[in-house]
Amino acid sequence: MTGVKFMENNSNNKAEVTESHMDVWDLRLYVAGQTPKSIEAFKNLKEICETHLEKNRYKIEVINLVENPELAKTDQILAIPTLVRKLPEPVKKIIGTLANEEKVLIGLDIIKQP
Amino acid sequence: MERSEIEETGEFDLEGLFIRLAYAIEQIGAKRIVLDTVEALFSGLPNEFILRAELRRLFAWMKSQGLTAIVTGEKGEKSLTRYGLEEYVADCVILLNNPVDNKIATRNLRIIKYRGSAHGSNEYPFLMNENGISVLPVTSLLLDHDVSEDYVSTGIERLDTMFGGNGFFKGSSILITGSAGTGKSSLVAKFADNICKNGDKCLIFAFEESPKQIIRNMRSIGIDLEPWINKGLLKFQATRPTLYGLETHLVSIHESVTDFKPDVVIFDPVSNLISIGNIDEVKSMLMRLIDYLKSKQITSISTYLTLIGKMETDIGVSSLMDSWIDLKTINQNGERNRTIDIVKTRGMAHSNQVREFKITNNGIELIDVYLGASGMLTGSARISQIAKEKDEKLSRDQEILRLEREFEYKREGINSQIKVLEAGWAMEKEKYESILSEKKLKEDMIKKDREVMSTIRHSNLDK
Repeated sequence: MTGVKFMENNSNNKAEVTESHMDVWDLRLYVAGQTPKSIEAFKNLKEICETHLEKNRYKIEVINLVENPELAKTDQILAIPTLVRKLPEPVKKIIGTLANEEKVLIGLDIIKQP
Repeated sequence: MERSEIEETGEFDLEGLFIRLAYAIEQIGAKRIVLDTVEALFSGLPNEFILRAELRRLFAWMKSQGLTAIVTGEKGEKSLTRYGLEEYVADCVILLNNPVDNKIATRNLRIIKYRGSAHGSNEYPFLMNENGISVLPVTSLLLDHDVSEDYVSTGIERLDTMFGGNGFFKGSSILITGSAGTGKSSLVAKFADNICKNGDKCLIFAFEESPKQIIRNMRSIGIDLEPWINKGLLKFQATRPTLYGLETHLVSIHESVTDFKPDVVIFDPVSNLISIGNIDEVKSMLMRLIDYLKSKQITSISTYLTLIGKMETDIGVSSLMDSWIDLKTINQNGERNRTIDIVKTRGMAHSNQVREFKITNNGIELIDVYLGASGMLTGSARISQIAKEKDEKLSRDQEILRLEREFEYKREGINSQIKVLEAGWAMEKEKYESILSEKKLKEDMIKKDREVMSTIRHSNLDK
């Protein structure tokens, strides 16, 4: 599965960026199995991060709720897919397939609302 | 969940909610699930169309899991729920409201639909208190309670007699009407005293006086209720009617009755409840109350304050009652006297007579009223009338005596006259008889002489 594969990469990233904690983007993508929507969301997220964020300054954790249902409670997940920006604070939530790039950028505070 | 935190960036579904629910259900083996309130999803999540579709899927899923789901939602302005969920999701819809009438709020509950059941369609008031939630049906659907052939004595022998000898039926409802000061409370106190004397339990709902005041007042007419309270046979439940709404009253009455298990319940006065509801509501409440008590075979006695000169209760309670005692005061000759009569009593041959009703230091007495040519008299008018009658009777008796005596004199007088006349007549008779016999003797002698003479003259030749 894509998510699991990426999580491995992701833990490597984590080790590299620890020194400047403030600038690390901690992103969690909640999905429920490998549905078309999940795959699309992950694909879109990856693209956006690669385009707009500095390499190795972000980590993406994909959480499959089908495997770990107990994790849904922590971030109050109802809708799938949901992207949670844990860091930098404040916590932001974005739902949907992340197809609308502009909205994702606004939601993640990467660009300011016009 | 705040809408401002959430940005919608494409298609989504509520799989997260499903997974969380499934996980939670699995952990505790839940059979029932409560979603309180489903509206929160709409305020938190942006796309109403997706939400609707997802909720429909959610309800279908819960059903397939064999779960009983209770979902709360806010009432919409035009539809039952703000987002119109009810039509397709629910097997049963219960509508709650809480209207405020006359500054008193009442919670109501109505079953709008319940698939596969013949549910009651009325709005049922319900109540929440320290014992939980209670719903009381507005009316009993059927009039099918058992009836008793046993009697409850009133404790006043003459009143029992008026009711055909034994008092009223156990489990019946008794209404006592009367204007201010007619003795309603005293009468029910007497009933209560007698009920406890017979070892039965009596529960008094006092809406006007405090128990202590009632006990003190009743002592003054020779009724001591305190021992019964100490023995646990009598209980007072004193509340101001305006303390809470009719429904709360009804529930608190239900609770007290369930708790105390009385044989007789007294409401004094039930008319005070009017102050907290409109007439229809009070009537319906009383109907439910009486139905309830009847179904439990509990005798109920309600007093009702009427306006002076008016007998009918202003909410038409009397039709709900099996027996109706009317108390009146009659203002006559500068005094006020009490009367009692039975307006109706179902299933008994009752007296049609008005009795005078006296409250004395020793209790309650019923006295025959004076019924005479000049109408009904009570109190001292009755006493003076009785005295007057006695006088008249005496003089009539004397008159008779006098006449009898006169007759005797007359008879004696005439008798003596008869005797004198008879004596005179006897004398006359004697006189005439002697003259007559003398004359006859003389005639005989003449005849004899003539014969002698003719013999001498030979005058009998032609023989």
